[in-house]
Amino acid sequence: MTLQEIVAQLNLTCLTKPRDFSAVEIRSGYASDLLSCVMAGARHHGIWVTLQSHSNIVAVAALLELSAVIITENARPDQETIEKADEEGVNLFLTDKTTFWVVGKLWEMGVRDR
Amino acid sequence: MHTVLSPCAAVEMIPPLIVRTALERGINLLAITDHNASANVEAVMRAAQGSALSVLPGMEVQTREEVHMLCLFDTLEQLADWQRQVDAHLPDLENNAELFGEQFVVDEVGEFVRRETRLLLASTRMTLEEAAVRVNALGGLAIPAHIDRKAFSLITNLGFVPEGIPFAALEITRHITPTQARQRFPQIGDIPLIQSGDAHRLDEITGPMVLTMEAPTTAELRLALANRAGRSAVLLRRVDRSEAGDDISTLAPPVSEPESL
Repeated sequence: MTLQEIVAQLNLTCLTKPRDFSAVEIRSGYASDLLSCVMAGARHHGIWVTLQSHSNIVAVAALLELSAVIITENARPDQETIEKADEEGVNLFLTDKTTFWVVGKLWEMGVRDR
Repeated sequence: MHTVLSPCAAVEMIPPLIVRTALERGINLLAITDHNASANVEAVMRAAQGSALSVLPGMEVQTREEVHMLCLFDTLEQLADWQRQVDAHLPDLENNAELFGEQFVVDEVGEFVRRETRLLLASTRMTLEEAAVRVNALGGLAIPAHIDRKAFSLITNLGFVPEGIPFAALEITRHITPTQARQRFPQIGDIPLIQSGDAHRLDEITGPMVLTMEAPTTAELRLALANRAGRSAVLLRRVDRSEAGDDISTLAPPVSEPESL
């Protein structure tokens, strides 16, 4: 499953600089709003679904080299956070859907590894 | 510590009993920090009037990130101003006393005044940074609470201490020593630590910190936590001796090596 397909199917808004994501393969995912759990539990290069929009999400995503962060329920981070994400090469996406909905869709699409 | 205004606090947490218990335990300074609320602070200050106990007006605010942060002030006016800002950022939800607990406003002898009907166990819409900046603007101290807890904690919720936010200190629980805290969370860096009871019941009222200060004010507390100008803050004894030694540990940041010329 590529990130490009996920973005299209889930109709995600790209907050950071749009790129061609068709070469970015997504196999694993993680959902939590507690950053300490994400740091301990998310796999490298996976996708992370959260409604936490504090700027620390960028550092956590960069640390784990996550392929994408999906921020749910329109919890839009501030501009500074988005700029920091661009600097760090972190891809931030936004949706008005809930974390439950997004994870369900990802599971349906075959993203099933933790 | 909390009073009966916090839904999670015991009904015994009324001003005269708080003051009596604190004095019995040799405590000279405490801060009242109810959840997103402050309506009982004045009553505790009145109950302590004329005694050896000083009371700092405060609040434990819950930020948008579900981080708990202590806000300490010197005057009721500062606190009232802060309360107005918090009220404007709280969701308008009604408390369910059966689920969350009663929220009582009482007077200085502990008599019932009214029920706080608003749900206090909620997040304000303020971010941690916004809250800390606002508290500082009012002249108060912003101190993220119980950072080593598994919930409502700066470290748990945000992973590490974000840079550039004006925190006066970080609070650790009685289950960890300052040395352990600095080892476990190296990002604490040079931020001073405090340890307190976070008492929700009378038997949790403890005074683990020994503060050497000229007066019971936030400005003096700032100096003591930095170990400056003859002021100091040390942890006298371990409250919970089961987990570590009972050595005296300083709460101030470690002294950095003098720069070589």
